[in-house]
Amino acid sequence: MKVRVLNYIPKESFIHSLSGTTKLIIFLSFSFLCGLSFDTRVLLFLLFLSVLGFSLSRIKLSEIRIMSTFLVVFIVMNAILLFIFNPEYGPKLYGSRTLLFHIAGKYDMTLEQLFYQFNVSLKYVIGFPIAILFISTTNPSEFASSLSAIGVPYRVSYSVSLALRYIPDIQRDFSEISQSQEARGIALGKDVGFFERLKNSAKILLPLVLTSLSRIDEISNSMQLRSFGKKKNRTWYMKKKMTVNDYLVIAFCIVVFVVGLIITNQGGNNLYNPFVG
Amino acid sequence: MKNNSVQKVVATGIGAALFFVLARFVAVPSGIPNTNITFQYAAQAVFAVIYGPVVGCLSGFIGHVLTDMSWGGVWWTWAFATAVYGLIVGLFAKKINIRDGNFSKNEIITYVLANLVANVVAWGIIAPVGDIVIYKEDANLVFTQGLIAGAGDFLFAVVIGGLLLYGYSKTIAKSGSLDKE
Amino acid sequence: MEPIISFRNFSFQYNAQKNPTLKDINLDIYPGEKVLICGASGSGKSTLGNCINGLIPFSFDGKISGKLTVDGIETKNSSIFELSTRVGTVLQDPDGQFVGLTVAEDIAFALENDCVENETMKRQTLLSASKVNIENRMNNAPQDLSGGQKQRVSMAGVLVDDVKILLFDEPLANLDPATGKSAIELIEKIKNETGTTVIIIEHRIEDVLWERVDRIILMDDGRIVSDSSPEKLLRSSLLKEYGIREPLYITQLKYAGVDLNNVEGIDSIRTIRLSEADKEKVRNWYARQDREDKTNVNDYLLEVENVDFKYDESEQILFDINTKIKKGEMLAIVGKNGAGKSTLCKVICGFERNYNGKIIFDHEDVTDKSIRARARNIGYVMQNPNQMISQSMIFDEVALGLKNTGLSEEEIRERVYDVLKICGLYSFRNWPISALSFGQKKRVTIASILVMGPQIIILDEPTAGQDFRHYTDIMDFLDELNREGKTIIMVTHDMHLMLEYTDRSLVFADGKLEADKSGSAVLCDPELVDLADLKETSLFNIANMTGIDDPVDFVDCFIAYEKKERSHES
Repeated sequence: MKVRVLNYIPKESFIHSLSGTTKLIIFLSFSFLCGLSFDTRVLLFLLFLSVLGFSLSRIKLSEIRIMSTFLVVFIVMNAILLFIFNPEYGPKLYGSRTLLFHIAGKYDMTLEQLFYQFNVSLKYVIGFPIAILFISTTNPSEFASSLSAIGVPYRVSYSVSLALRYIPDIQRDFSEISQSQEARGIALGKDVGFFERLKNSAKILLPLVLTSLSRIDEISNSMQLRSFGKKKNRTWYMKKKMTVNDYLVIAFCIVVFVVGLIITNQGGNNLYNPFVG
Repeated sequence: MKNNSVQKVVATGIGAALFFVLARFVAVPSGIPNTNITFQYAAQAVFAVIYGPVVGCLSGFIGHVLTDMSWGGVWWTWAFATAVYGLIVGLFAKKINIRDGNFSKNEIITYVLANLVANVVAWGIIAPVGDIVIYKEDANLVFTQGLIAGAGDFLFAVVIGGLLLYGYSKTIAKSGSLDKE
Repeated sequence: MEPIISFRNFSFQYNAQKNPTLKDINLDIYPGEKVLICGASGSGKSTLGNCINGLIPFSFDGKISGKLTVDGIETKNSSIFELSTRVGTVLQDPDGQFVGLTVAEDIAFALENDCVENETMKRQTLLSASKVNIENRMNNAPQDLSGGQKQRVSMAGVLVDDVKILLFDEPLANLDPATGKSAIELIEKIKNETGTTVIIIEHRIEDVLWERVDRIILMDDGRIVSDSSPEKLLRSSLLKEYGIREPLYITQLKYAGVDLNNVEGIDSIRTIRLSEADKEKVRNWYARQDREDKTNVNDYLLEVENVDFKYDESEQILFDINTKIKKGEMLAIVGKNGAGKSTLCKVICGFERNYNGKIIFDHEDVTDKSIRARARNIGYVMQNPNQMISQSMIFDEVALGLKNTGLSEEEIRERVYDVLKICGLYSFRNWPISALSFGQKKRVTIASILVMGPQIIILDEPTAGQDFRHYTDIMDFLDELNREGKTIIMVTHDMHLMLEYTDRSLVFADGKLEADKSGSAVLCDPELVDLADLKETSLFNIANMTGIDDPVDFVDCFIAYEKKERSHES
């Protein structure tokens, strides 16, 4: 059984040719800006950039169908939930109330609520191409060296690499263990009660956790036997050389990030408010 | 085995991998519609108790970010809350000498207490406040979400994590007690 | 010449143990030597290896007394890093030591840690990879490699360091027979090319001796009990005494009364030269054997019809499998790694649902039955007992499968006690499982399956990694269950298990069932052996050498004779 942990899609493209470090910087600066800003203009510009990046990567929508379906479902659910929970949040946030139409009971549709929910959804939408861009165009083997390049200690970076390495093995362990326990009647399905299900899951998880723990000793022995932790630093086989393009893109990210933050915080908070003045 | 720094690197990686597998592929229906029993926090708590706060914190954080990335979008505030959860359980665990094979009344009380504090801080404060500040979400909504998530994680981490730790403690040979048969 | 490794009055005791694991070791190993260290489980052979590579004392806690120098440095005062540039270790578990995401990264691991600059690193990595012929797999993930390939990557990973000593800890434990043979050949090739000192820790002597070894160190209970040339050790009876299996051809020649002192080249089946008189002795022994008739049952218990299987979007794993298994048979499934052996078992147990074809149990079609429903008739025992055990007490673990079956506490206790008695675990019934040895844990898992009363028990590699004594314990127990009427199916790489304990073997290669005949017939068929990555038995060579025209029958006679001998001894 072959399992792909993250959906890396190797291709020839401008984005693919950038080093992992650059892509990590794009990913982090854009997602942080997207997180920190509630300014519609900044968010729209980020959306434009991430869609541009996405088209440059030559990744086809059909290749990420499952993820995009999940995103659409999530955004719709979240929007409905937001509205049901507090339809008056938008007006409160923007300090004005423009009634569009009445729905039922306490539920009115206001322009402010629509605009607020548009911004929230926009933030989720932007996060998606940014993450997909990083995952689909960066070889997982480059993750660790990229993290190390932006200043994460190499021991922590290597933990990330080890996690990616052993996810398929642990997944295989899990499926084998649960099959053999199921044969002994340890079921997790709907036909057993809630607390029984909790107890049964511990019976499957215990062998899984113990097997995983026993891996730790073996792996750390073998890493020590090959000098892991010997020096203050380490080099990375999969690290790509930085090119002029990389430096240009990094400079661009920094400019976008800084300017984006400045625009966002112009009005004293991170909100863009078209309803006042 | 000596508890050295390389071992912590590996424990972080394996802990994160386990977190990922449990979060991504293992969902057991809880009986409430659209809500699943999740085990990743129980596993994270076990790693935090055995290997300490740093491993508890980083393995959860890495596991959480990788899981989110595989769905296509990282929820940083919640990932950060996961990290804090592991950190706090790990800090309490300094009082639990699980490596000596002890996990009885006092240790269990400490473990439950650790989970109570960690869940309140992570899901009751950090995650919702982060969502309010960053995503401008409605306070009522995010605190309700935090309460549900925290209560669920507390229950599963205490019951399942507790059973796992109990099982683990039984596999440890007491120092100097092994004799050849 | 100065020894490269030198133990002087060396002892070691783990902190968790009452007694020292190594006792007063004195041993010199010289540069360029190839040394085999053997001994039963718990003899201290792996601990000895861990002292040489520095895991002791730098990773395991314990007390050292005496002195050990490796390449001129005393290990106590050194560090694991200093030692690792001198000693390259290939560990037993291929997955534990493959830490990179791809082959290239894993080979380069030690260089990365040594801050070697990128260009040099790529060159050295490729060079090492080509030494072990893995250079065209550089971008593969470990999940895409076989056990043998992973082991070669591990070898390349230590060769990047220009080590002076290569240490192999049970290199054959996880490999199919043919791959084990090529591993031994590769070790010899590397030794010849690089001139390194080679130390192999292994209890499967005959397989290691496929290539020349200079010296064999035999350990028992933490001490060295023999340190001699292979010829001298094979002529003695020490191996048997200390629970190690002799090469089969040696045992056979001893049975035939051949005086091994006068035979040349006895350290390998490839070099042995028998005189005419000795050949006559073998033929005479063969002529003296009488044969037992086997009773034939003709009722089929399990029928597999036209089974095809593939995982989603991957290559097909099983192609049109048809086989029938009789009541009371003891059966081996053999073949190379990934040939579909385990998959077939999972299909039979219902773990894998997505197949075409039919599974018929006791004349009833169970194709659509659930895992749980099939488990009442067909039990499955996993290779690693730790993957099955979820309770801390033996009684609870065995009773687990009976919970929720509607049986009363009383009935459950009775059935569990019965099974524990059969499994020789009754006196341990209130013990914690953590206090048991690997073999005893295996018995617990077998008991936990047996208690559900299945007629068929399927075991995945029941004896993997076990020394001769534990192997015999487990197999004799299974044999007993078989005589009491259980049908037993085993997936195995152990050719001797197949010969000694099974009536019939299913041979798999690349997802197809290639043969269905007795173990002896399989191993006397060179083409089949080649196709399924098995390994010929040296008894076949002896039969050929001595001109016996029915080698299959010769092998059967040997196995029958050996069983009788063993029952006399015990």
